Amino acid sequence: MRYSGFRVIAEALTGHKGWKPVWRDPEPQAEYDYIIIGGGGHGLATAYYLAKEFGQARIAVLEKGYLGGGNVGRNTTIIRSNYLLDGNEPFYEFSLKLWEGLEQDFNYNAMVSQRGIINLIHTDAQRDAATRRGNAMIMHGADARLLSRDEVRQMYPWLNFDNGRFPIKGALMQPRGGTVRHDAVAWGYARGADMRGVDLIQNCEVTGMRIENGRIKGVETTRGYIGAKKVGVAVAGSSSKVMAHAGMRLPIESHVLQAFVSEGLKPLIDGVMTFGAGHFYVSQSDKGGLVFGGDIDGYNSYAQRGNLPVIEDVAEGGMALMPAIGRVRLLRTWGGIMDMSMDGSPIIDKTGIEGLYFNGGWCYGGFKATPASGWAFAHLLAKDESHITAKAYRFDRFLKGLMIDEKGQGAQPNLH
Amino acid sequence: MIIHHPILGPRDAQEFVYLGDANLIDRPDGMVAGVEVFHDYLYNRTNPAGEHQELWYHEQGDRSWLVVTRNTVTHEITRVELARDVARARRRTK
Repeated sequence: MRYSGFRVIAEALTGHKGWKPVWRDPEPQAEYDYIIIGGGGHGLATAYYLAKEFGQARIAVLEKGYLGGGNVGRNTTIIRSNYLLDGNEPFYEFSLKLWEGLEQDFNYNAMVSQRGIINLIHTDAQRDAATRRGNAMIMHGADARLLSRDEVRQMYPWLNFDNGRFPIKGALMQPRGGTVRHDAVAWGYARGADMRGVDLIQNCEVTGMRIENGRIKGVETTRGYIGAKKVGVAVAGSSSKVMAHAGMRLPIESHVLQAFVSEGLKPLIDGVMTFGAGHFYVSQSDKGGLVFGGDIDGYNSYAQRGNLPVIEDVAEGGMALMPAIGRVRLLRTWGGIMDMSMDGSPIIDKTGIEGLYFNGGWCYGGFKATPASGWAFAHLLAKDESHITAKAYRFDRFLKGLMIDEKGQGAQPNLH
Repeated sequence: MIIHHPILGPRDAQEFVYLGDANLIDRPDGMVAGVEVFHDYLYNRTNPAGEHQELWYHEQGDRSWLVVTRNTVTHEITRVELARDVARARRRTK
């Protein structure tokens, strides 16, 4: 069923009796050409592009819970391509371009809203770094603007411009950055994949992998054994758990990242704002809630909930930047599990096992990457070679000294 | 989280800095082990869901290194030892 304005009107006139479930709930078949483990944003996007762009068939997505129940529904919905390094920026810019055409492409309203993102600057050194980053973005075909203090003041006159520690001196802006309705991304990709014959199999946890002579034959699941010619793993957060079934240890630690939403307010922030020096970022949802967050808790965790010290730290960051929110009540907090890689960048690569492919290590930047990650992973699965924008995301970059260390922290995942 | 320091008693985890898997104690000799072994030591992690032994540094306290046994699913801490004692028990000499 194609969605359109005409369709909405027609359904309204006939009592909305024509709407049907958006995807099937099929039983798993005995064998597929492709199995994607993980029914989140990246896994569903991979299946969608495998079917649509690479013309592949006999594809299944295996999800241990329900579709979109993990990090794609837990993030703070920001899209941007404001990276510095050559290994990253072309990939994220490819992703942003896919976001711009996504809703027409999969015929689903994902509420892509390019309301702009600004990164605040407090010192001369930060301004130099922002200028360099902006130039790097422009050279890769992205957009960037350096804002003066007055320009930031025009946008948000109520910020604390004269904070004693971090006075606001300007900002780096990417006007094409913004936010997207994150659940709708999962649903749109799921629907698009299902319409092209992909089996979306929920409540189906992978409990083992059958590997013979260095080649994957299929996966053991809670719904029985399923054979496959190729298996792609896209389960960021649980990557180490799933890849342990193949006997692999990864350059990844799992950490919890918390997110926060306030009670609904009248329009206050029309874009996305990051206050890196204060470990704080914020946007405002269409419902009016301030959506914000800060650092990861900093210790290995699979708990999907964090602890109070980070909540206090994030609240302090918010108050330092925006004293006006002092009486705003916090509506809820939650946590998601991040694949924190050893250089802060992701991995989309083959493994040492023939037919087994890996996509993970997204740290806390996976949501914005969803379309390009799906596309690049589908490319790798279908053609056995990396997509041109994802060639740097290799497993062996740590062995060869080719890290993509955007933050320059080295092999200390809780600092990325 | 409260970490029961073997010398100082119960301390708030905020006083500590987290390093990671306690297997980092078992550093191979880089001159002997070779690149692949050292790469595995430096970059790869078991990253279990469940019981995890990990290194915490009491930066805001007595500056001791601890090995904390903690469940990564529940955050429950079941054991705290001085890293020095753990390293000696593993026969590390330097």
